[in-house]
Amino acid sequence: MRNAIPVLGVVAAIMVVWYLAAVWMNAQWTRDQAARAGIEVSFADIVADTLAQDRPRLPAPHQVLLELHALTWTEEVHSRRGIVQSGSLSNRSLVHHGLVTLSATFLGFAFGAGFGILLAIGIVHDRATDMSVMPWAIASQTIPIVAIAPMIIVVLNSIGISGLVPKAIIAAYLSFFPVVVGMVKGLRSPDAMQMDLLRTYSASSFQALWKLRMPASMPYLFASLKVGIAASLVGTIVAELPLGGAGLGTRLLAGSYYGQTIQIWATLLVAAILAATMVGVIGAVQRMTLTRMGMAQ
Amino acid sequence: MKDTMNTPSAVIEARGVGLTFETADGPVHALKDVNLSIGKGDFVSFIGPSGCGKTTLLRAIAALEHPTEGTLTVNGMTPDEARRARAYGYVFQAAGLYPWRTIAGNVKLPLEIMGYSRAEQQARVEKVLSLVELDGFGRKFPWQLSGGMQQRASIARALAFDADILLMDEPFGALDEIVRDRLNEELLKLWAATGKTIGFVTHSIPEAVYLSTRIVVMSPRPGRITDVIDSPLPRERPLEIRDTPEFIAIAHRVREGLRAGHLDD
Amino acid sequence: MSAAPRPHWARPVGVGLAALAALAAVAALVSPGMRGTLAAILTDPRSAALAAIWVGIWLANAWLAARPPPSALVRALVTLLFGATLLLLWELAVRLYSVPAVLLPAPSAIAARFAASLDILWIDFVQTILKGALSGYLIGCSAAFLIAVLIDRSPFLQRGLLPVGNFIAALPIVGIAPILVMWFGFDWQSKAAVVVVMVFFPMLVNSVEGLKATEPMQRDLMATYSAGYWQTLVKLRIPAAMPFVFNGLKIATTLALIGAIVAEFFGSPTRGMGFRISTEVGRLGLDMVWAEIAVAALAGSAFYGLVAFIEKRVTFWHPSQRGR
Repeated sequence: MRNAIPVLGVVAAIMVVWYLAAVWMNAQWTRDQAARAGIEVSFADIVADTLAQDRPRLPAPHQVLLELHALTWTEEVHSRRGIVQSGSLSNRSLVHHGLVTLSATFLGFAFGAGFGILLAIGIVHDRATDMSVMPWAIASQTIPIVAIAPMIIVVLNSIGISGLVPKAIIAAYLSFFPVVVGMVKGLRSPDAMQMDLLRTYSASSFQALWKLRMPASMPYLFASLKVGIAASLVGTIVAELPLGGAGLGTRLLAGSYYGQTIQIWATLLVAAILAATMVGVIGAVQRMTLTRMGMAQ
Repeated sequence: MKDTMNTPSAVIEARGVGLTFETADGPVHALKDVNLSIGKGDFVSFIGPSGCGKTTLLRAIAALEHPTEGTLTVNGMTPDEARRARAYGYVFQAAGLYPWRTIAGNVKLPLEIMGYSRAEQQARVEKVLSLVELDGFGRKFPWQLSGGMQQRASIARALAFDADILLMDEPFGALDEIVRDRLNEELLKLWAATGKTIGFVTHSIPEAVYLSTRIVVMSPRPGRITDVIDSPLPRERPLEIRDTPEFIAIAHRVREGLRAGHLDD
Repeated sequence: MSAAPRPHWARPVGVGLAALAALAAVAALVSPGMRGTLAAILTDPRSAALAAIWVGIWLANAWLAARPPPSALVRALVTLLFGATLLLLWELAVRLYSVPAVLLPAPSAIAARFAASLDILWIDFVQTILKGALSGYLIGCSAAFLIAVLIDRSPFLQRGLLPVGNFIAALPIVGIAPILVMWFGFDWQSKAAVVVVMVFFPMLVNSVEGLKATEPMQRDLMATYSAGYWQTLVKLRIPAAMPFVFNGLKIATTLALIGAIVAEFFGSPTRGMGFRISTEVGRLGLDMVWAEIAVAALAGSAFYGLVAFIEKRVTFWHPSQRGR
């Protein structure tokens, strides 16, 4: 908590810089408009106008928040297409698009992390698996896999797999390798003395896994789950770029086609909130688990 | 005033020195009413149980801590001025060599900071490395050497510049008995060869008695001096001196002093 | 390792088959439409041939791995054999099942396309990797390091910026690409800008952590020498920070390539890897897409490898480097 004041200070500074940048970057357009109309504008007019343009180069923070409010609360509660009046989420609302992205992220993350943990157990227990797979798993982290996501989507679409599953496959793929690498590290973290102790009890390798390796790997597991879910979300958003229909990625590309800068920023804000929430939830589970296990720092 | 208080040859002078740390659980009196005068060329050991303030006193002399009461002078200056005048070398509990520098590079570190010329640096490195019998190891990295050799290198680092005071904080505490005996012997030779004033913190009675001309016995809560013993042993000390009655008598007195300090717990 | 009571190949084969079964089960679970296809594939004699190859190579690997102690050569052989198996199965599956090239081209077709399009691939490589990713990487990483050194003097900024930086580093920053493409135009400058933003925060957080990574004893030592701020910085803090700095630099390599390629999806001149991938996907030229992916993979590994190599030279003294 002693960090609260410095953090608020930094956030406030970012806001100030943001507003100044908004005025500075949008001023040219205001001056051009005024020149075209043949009017003189004062500095106060420029400031007022730059913070209220429809398609500013850089929207001011309050514009983004208003847009976010308009595209969530207002759209769902007051609009004809919103959930209150039509019974289903509006296809314009960011709640709808966010949920679409979120469900693909979750589905993929669950499978990716699950398989990652299983493969890690295989790697730790079987030398052939270790030597065959591990170097590729590590090397794959150096490859910009996310960048080919849209292609995988298009290919899967063309063989009739569409909707949630292709995006989830990419999300799974992206969370898979961080979890494998982190989990292998974690399962191998018990030191020789701890392993020798279990050997003196003639514990089976399953008992060693369950009583020692698994508990010891928990801090590593949670750290890699955080990386994994963030990667899953990025993967899903990038995967949505080439798709019509719904999803935050789709909205980003649409916004960039039509120059809807405020909408892009609002979409980004939703993505940021999603990412922060998911990482935060995993962090909370991590603290609870580690505290219960007596491993919290 | 100062001249009348200091004995002519006093190098380190403590008058009523106290040091209190403010902690969440209230103030901790690390040092209380410490009076001590260390003459030039003395080998002074500080001994006592943990928490008796022996390390704090050494750190205060080195200006790494600042007394909250009393006056402390080093070479007639405040510890901070003495530090800026590069009056002493300090040897820590662990060797603390920088792993990214060679042994020679580590010894050179203070010389670079103090702006010695390159030729001078080279000459001094060779001189002090041979003083601690590490000739030929200059190009090795610290982690390629044993613990005892690392600690010798850190002593060489403290000797590299011409400070006439050497402050050592349990420098051999982490080493095994055999290596420790060897380094104790070498330290005495070094002291004889350089004539430096040495302040030495330890919790080993034989080490303190074997090395020192004066032994300062300290006790905790609050950290204070309970006894100062001037050793009658000659300056020339073979290892066998530890079996002589004189040696055993001093060791006994030190042990009594430590026990007395514990009585009022 | 004591001798196992079971034959030495039992476990590896079990692991291999279990993995296949699990994959099939998931495919069936996830998509009901795939169940029929899956059943057809499983009962097909051609599948038996592929499975036989898989099990055969897996056994060979298990045999190689079981002979103690596996030398570095054997290790590399096992790894390469596994990779080659995957390629072989891919090639055979495409041929045996006559998978159309618009779905999944065979590795041989991709290699042929790669060899035939070296000029285009080179142009794209220069545009995306050298101009976009590399310049952004250099600017972003050095800016982050300099700012880390600056805020290191202020505990207030450290405590404020570190949580904020950690927070931002976890966000899907690549989403900022459309905005930066609007600001900086279609050419490589906007790609570099995206890369700068993406690498900045991971690098900043790692550098700040690194500059804090000195031990109290090392700082006391500098104090006994009356060393000044700059002397302590140059002789102690920056060398001690290097393992952390390189950790940030390594994370940033992959981010840089992702940023540069993805930013091209939002607009680019008619060259560049992201541009080529999106246009070739539209024309169903999947062999070209895969060739670009191969370039990205090679560039990514080489970039990372280069940074790791420099790291090894600079932080040779760190315990994690000494062991190897």
